Amino acid sequence: MNNNTVKKPDYVLFNKQTRAFIYNLQVNAVQRMLDFDYAAKRETPSVAAIINPTGSDGYSKFFFGPREVLIPVYKSMKTATEKQPDADVLINFASFRSAASATMEAFEYPSIRTVVIIAEGIPERQVKELIARADELGKVIIGPATIGGIVAGQFKVGNTGGTIENILESKLHRPGSVGFVSKSGGLSNETYNIIALNTDGLYEGIAIGGDRYPGSTLLDHLLRYEKNPEIKMLVCLGEVGGTDEFAIVEALKTKKITKPLVIWVTGTCAKAFTSEVQFGHAGAKADAEMEQADAKNDALREAGAFVPNTFDDYDKLIGEVYNDLVKQGVITPAPEPEMPKMPVDYKVALKEEMIRKPTNFICTISDDRGEECLYGNKTISQVAQEGLGIGGTISLLWFKQLMPQYAIDFIEMCLVITADHGPAVSGAHNCIVASRAGKDLISSLVSGLLTIGPRFGGAIDGAAQMFSQAYDEGKPPAQFISDAKKNGVNIQGIGHLIKSTHNPDKRVTLLKEFALNNFKATPVLNYALEVEKLTTAKRDNLILNVDGCIGISFVDLLRNEMPKEEADDYISMGALNGLFVLGRSIGMIGHHLDQKRLKQGLYRHPWDDIAFLDN
Amino acid sequence: MAQKAIREADGKKMLARLLGEYNDEKYVEDRFISVGPDTKLAALAKEYPWLKETNVVVKPDQVIKRRGKNNLLLLDADWEKAQDWIAERINKEITVGNVTGILEYFIVEPFIPHADADEYYVAITSVREGDNILFYHEGGVNVGDVDEKAKKMLVPVGSFPTADEIEKELLGQVPAKDRALIAGFTEALFKLYADCHFTFLEINPLVVVGDRTFVLDLAAKLDNTAEYLCGDKWGDMEFPSPFGRVLSKDEEYIEDLDTKTGSSLKLTILNPKGRVWTMVAGGGASVIYADTITDLGYMDEMANYGEYSGDPNEEFTYKYARTVLDCMTREPDPRGKFLLIGGGIANFTDVANTFKGIIRALKEYQQKLIDGKVKIFVRRGGPNYKEGLKQMKELGQSLGVPIEVYGPETHMTKIVTLALKESK
Repeated sequence: MNNNTVKKPDYVLFNKQTRAFIYNLQVNAVQRMLDFDYAAKRETPSVAAIINPTGSDGYSKFFFGPREVLIPVYKSMKTATEKQPDADVLINFASFRSAASATMEAFEYPSIRTVVIIAEGIPERQVKELIARADELGKVIIGPATIGGIVAGQFKVGNTGGTIENILESKLHRPGSVGFVSKSGGLSNETYNIIALNTDGLYEGIAIGGDRYPGSTLLDHLLRYEKNPEIKMLVCLGEVGGTDEFAIVEALKTKKITKPLVIWVTGTCAKAFTSEVQFGHAGAKADAEMEQADAKNDALREAGAFVPNTFDDYDKLIGEVYNDLVKQGVITPAPEPEMPKMPVDYKVALKEEMIRKPTNFICTISDDRGEECLYGNKTISQVAQEGLGIGGTISLLWFKQLMPQYAIDFIEMCLVITADHGPAVSGAHNCIVASRAGKDLISSLVSGLLTIGPRFGGAIDGAAQMFSQAYDEGKPPAQFISDAKKNGVNIQGIGHLIKSTHNPDKRVTLLKEFALNNFKATPVLNYALEVEKLTTAKRDNLILNVDGCIGISFVDLLRNEMPKEEADDYISMGALNGLFVLGRSIGMIGHHLDQKRLKQGLYRHPWDDIAFLDN
Repeated sequence: MAQKAIREADGKKMLARLLGEYNDEKYVEDRFISVGPDTKLAALAKEYPWLKETNVVVKPDQVIKRRGKNNLLLLDADWEKAQDWIAERINKEITVGNVTGILEYFIVEPFIPHADADEYYVAITSVREGDNILFYHEGGVNVGDVDEKAKKMLVPVGSFPTADEIEKELLGQVPAKDRALIAGFTEALFKLYADCHFTFLEINPLVVVGDRTFVLDLAAKLDNTAEYLCGDKWGDMEFPSPFGRVLSKDEEYIEDLDTKTGSSLKLTILNPKGRVWTMVAGGGASVIYADTITDLGYMDEMANYGEYSGDPNEEFTYKYARTVLDCMTREPDPRGKFLLIGGGIANFTDVANTFKGIIRALKEYQQKLIDGKVKIFVRRGGPNYKEGLKQMKELGQSLGVPIEVYGPETHMTKIVTLALKESK
């Protein structure tokens, strides 16, 4: 079944050719495995494929050193095993609910030999069923409730060893002489460091998991290490609860274990507790005398293991036993290979200020990187709670400051007034035509908005520009009018089809009075009113219209709240068009919804409304 | 999380409710009443008329072993007397062996007159290979060492013994008249045990009177990780804390917090006046810190056991740390106290992130820590540990509380020795 790989001895679960399936899309674990692979100078990534039962077949991209590689993703375990028959390990990241069934399935594929079960909290009965089935089929289980294990410089299971920095610091990228096994994944990592500090390093380390019935036991792995000629000394961390350690005592007595074994059984504090205490691990509970950590440590010491007096001396004892083996010539420390150079992740490098790069974008109005998005210096919830409204929001996002209440009110008044002007005006009309042609909301809205220009809606901007320029130049109103006439231009913002001095536009009255009563100063508006006096004297409908009033008042408003140059910039950048576009969008969306609600069919302009003429 | 003992009443009610699903016989009648601190004794007779018709047995129902030998058993009493007996004991402190606790729960059931010869012992225990059915043809308080005496039948995982097999293997010494009944009962019991994810079930004695079985005394444990599979069958199941472990307000708070996160948060206060407090990351490492304090002979000074692990977020770490700090600063000791913020080299927990929560709590308790003459020792490794340790060191400069900070180059439990040396 293994095409390219030489059959490995039974005592080897993982080597430099071992490839694994990752069950469930665990991108971080996969990347960590590939980082290890690169550091260990593996030729092929140790992940053969990802099995993602809730996804679909395809590929996923990962780093292999500085380059990127594609790792296949399969939906079914069956397909995965057919396509990648060389992978004999399945690292099962399924949740406690589905881990057992996924493991049971994996057992049925002959190419899979070892299943590592990461999930914690699988019911014991299910685990016992898995153990029985594995025994029947000659499969190996590591876990449940484990981080996995590692063969230094050859193969790493999932998240074992933590970050790549730690792997290098604990010298797990190259082999040493020590075989280690424990229940706890966290303490494995700790002990790898102890082993690196006190010996020539780890050869293989396995965490069997903290459950009451681990799929493989401490002794199972110690016996594998005993057979492995590369491993010269054994280190083990036992735990209060269970009787696993007494099996080790037996193996020592019957000489099934002959290599020196440094072991410490944790949980000696259990005697300090007057009533039962459940420790962090499910299996770690001492109820019978036999299971007490002290009893285990004593029995191990008696059977010939090296047992420290406290964990505090664990490191020293490991060092002593190792040094003896070096003295005896059992171990000849290999020269330390050169530290592999690992590419640093961009994000990490940036966070640690190792690199910098010029940005391609700048933003000064909002920031969503923190816990809550900011509009200027206010969080959205503050904007809402302080009742700043749409006017306040525009003030913050357009003009980058929180303007005083009168300005906020005026902005909102402008929006209300510009929101709609009936279905007949060209913008709303176009919106309605598009909507009736079956277009969606955005298309219909945009169709209407695209109508806005110099003749429709553009007068706000035009009036603001014309009047402020004339005022700034100190042109007397009469000259302003005559110049316009001379140059053949219409004065923007002046004139109305129906309204006149006798029939004033209420909207204009409202805006004008608000500005005159509330603005700090209204020089441009005052100027425009002077102009209006002259134009209405000629014809009574040449009044300051609503577009003109909004545009001109807004110039005053901006000049009240910021330096003149800045205010003029906003006008020339199109802020006033923005105001009209925003306001009128409300109406156009209304027209679109109205047409849809009334189920209006395609509009076709009637022929009789078109003059067909010979040209 | 693990095997958890249940109340006798809950176990017996399960038998009464469910045994019939595995065998047509009605083996156990539900005549079990659980009395708790909120139960109105006087009102019970209305709901359970049999209380007036038969004499009763009353026992505390708090996972206490050897109740009979500890004088915690009322036999063959009428309901009036039984109520007095309960009233005299409920909410009172008692000592069983070396454990002291408060009696709060009792089980009340009919007294079943029977002869010694009617008593049997039956138990099912979980082992790696499957489950052992233990049976002995005598039962009761004086049954003795059943491990030695009882007949054992190992049932491999996934198989279920028939009544015939049980009879053949286990019931050789049972009088012929009771054999079929007990065999059928045990067959159903085993199925129930397996189906409901029991990990331990002991009936001592099982009594046979005529053609009826009575479960006089029952102890059981469930595998609480199986709740998602058989929570319905369990019914409203509560796992009582071990007797003598009355959870303090703080322990309850952390237990509650623990259920709200996918991470693990544990706290046991061992001695509120102890001077050595630990706040250790990791289920394994936390035990080793406690071990080392014990092994170096400072068991009496060890104030708590606890751990946080599985990458809890800043908020949870903060709440956890705040609770520990609050406990340790309530009663200052003129000689000062020691806080060990320990841990191994994490696999994937972001050390700087979890430290952020702890640092927030330390700042909040700054004055109390100064007043309580607290000295802090830190040792930790893992992802982003350098940043985490740096922040702790910086905090040490400004907090006004001495903080010594160590990383993976220092042996994990070194800070225990350092703290204990100073505590002398």
